[in-house]
Amino acid sequence: MALVDGVAQCYVDNDWICGRYWTDYRPELTDATVEHLWITVVSVVAGLVVAVPLALLARRNATVESAVVGATTIIYTIPSLALFSLLLPLTGLSPTTVIIGLGLYSLTILVRNVLAGLQGVPDEIREAARGIGYSPTQLLLRVELPLALPVIVAGLRIATVSTVALATIGSIVSYGGLGNLLLLAVGNQFKAQIFAASVLCVALAGVLDLALVVLQQLLTPWTRHAR
Amino acid sequence: MLGDVFSYLTDGSNWSGSTGIAAFGAQQLLLTVTSLVIAVVVGLPPALYLGHRGRGGFLAINISNVGRAVPVFAVLLVLALGPIGSEEFGPFGRAGLATLVALVLFALPPIITNAYVAVAEVDPGVVEAARGMGMSGTRVFGSVELPLAMPVVLTGVRLALVQVWATATIAALVAGPGLGRVITRGFANHRTYEVVAGAVLVAVGALVLELVAVLVQRYADPMRRASREIARSAP
Repeated sequence: MALVDGVAQCYVDNDWICGRYWTDYRPELTDATVEHLWITVVSVVAGLVVAVPLALLARRNATVESAVVGATTIIYTIPSLALFSLLLPLTGLSPTTVIIGLGLYSLTILVRNVLAGLQGVPDEIREAARGIGYSPTQLLLRVELPLALPVIVAGLRIATVSTVALATIGSIVSYGGLGNLLLLAVGNQFKAQIFAASVLCVALAGVLDLALVVLQQLLTPWTRHAR
Repeated sequence: MLGDVFSYLTDGSNWSGSTGIAAFGAQQLLLTVTSLVIAVVVGLPPALYLGHRGRGGFLAINISNVGRAVPVFAVLLVLALGPIGSEEFGPFGRAGLATLVALVLFALPPIITNAYVAVAEVDPGVVEAARGMGMSGTRVFGSVELPLAMPVVLTGVRLALVQVWATATIAALVAGPGLGRVITRGFANHRTYEVVAGAVLVAVGALVLELVAVLVQRYADPMRRASREIARSAP
């Protein structure tokens, strides 16, 4: 590679694609990707942990159901930049701000899918399980949740992929993973950094999506050959 | 804190001028409406046609998934630093063209996916019956498929509207136009009340747009209108 005073030519030209950037900035790229990954995973898991009991509650009671669905619609309407900013006075410049915001968005997607999954379980199957003496807890854990799993995982995939993309906005409170690299690059128009962070972001979404597909295959072996 | 936000929002001097709330709000609304209209004009006809022919479903669904995975922020940045640049673009302000293109790109997936699915999933029995009555392909589409598909098509446009409004906010991160500028200005000057005031404006704007869209959708749905007319003419 041509060097000008020891500086790679692609830095001088401010190219979008710069091989030297990837090696020179490996520690920064790794740190940002790791932060992006854990913020995403914690947010989606937190969303799921809240979504399951909410969906179970909503299933019992039509008033709760319309309240939950209505509230989640309103949350999903609020733009991410605004949501993080609204949380700022409460939780400050911390990862908590980003995780609460992203967790809320995941929650809105997940609660609908968990509910749809559970409601999709045929009544005859439920009846049969009760008939052979399953308690409500056993019915939920051994029959309903496993059968609802494909729909729940479909929701998890949507939530995860959108969370990876939305996490970049967390850079407004300094915890945006790869988004931090993007925001830093705005000031100095560092194109190689913008390109690298964008590519890693899309790749991370793809990898996590694939991981969830594999997870579903492992958890629901009975759906593998069913068409 | 809340008092500071309230006094910021009620102070007329914060609303006026080229960097006031009114100017940024107008930019954002103009951007939202313009890009939604472009996206509808560009995206709706091919999606409806493909739905009518029942082809290209794989493409229609996957466009939506790709749209979700690509970060708005990254696309905006790439466009703003690319050939369409960050210069002033008429009433849209600084980086207006880059923002407009990004908004159109992010409005397309929900419009295309919903329009395709809506037309493709119209009850085949109904379509068959219309053909049997001797309707031409165009008439089947215009008088049967489109009215039945309208609620889902309009839902896609509504989703796109709110999404475009949200995305327009993010343009501020690349020093672009829109209400997000109030938020980023607050951050830059360590004025939390300004950040929160900007966020409240954006969030309220999104909710108002959603509400207006729901009302328009309810009014524009041909099936609902038809059933109202039937109810009115009944004795």
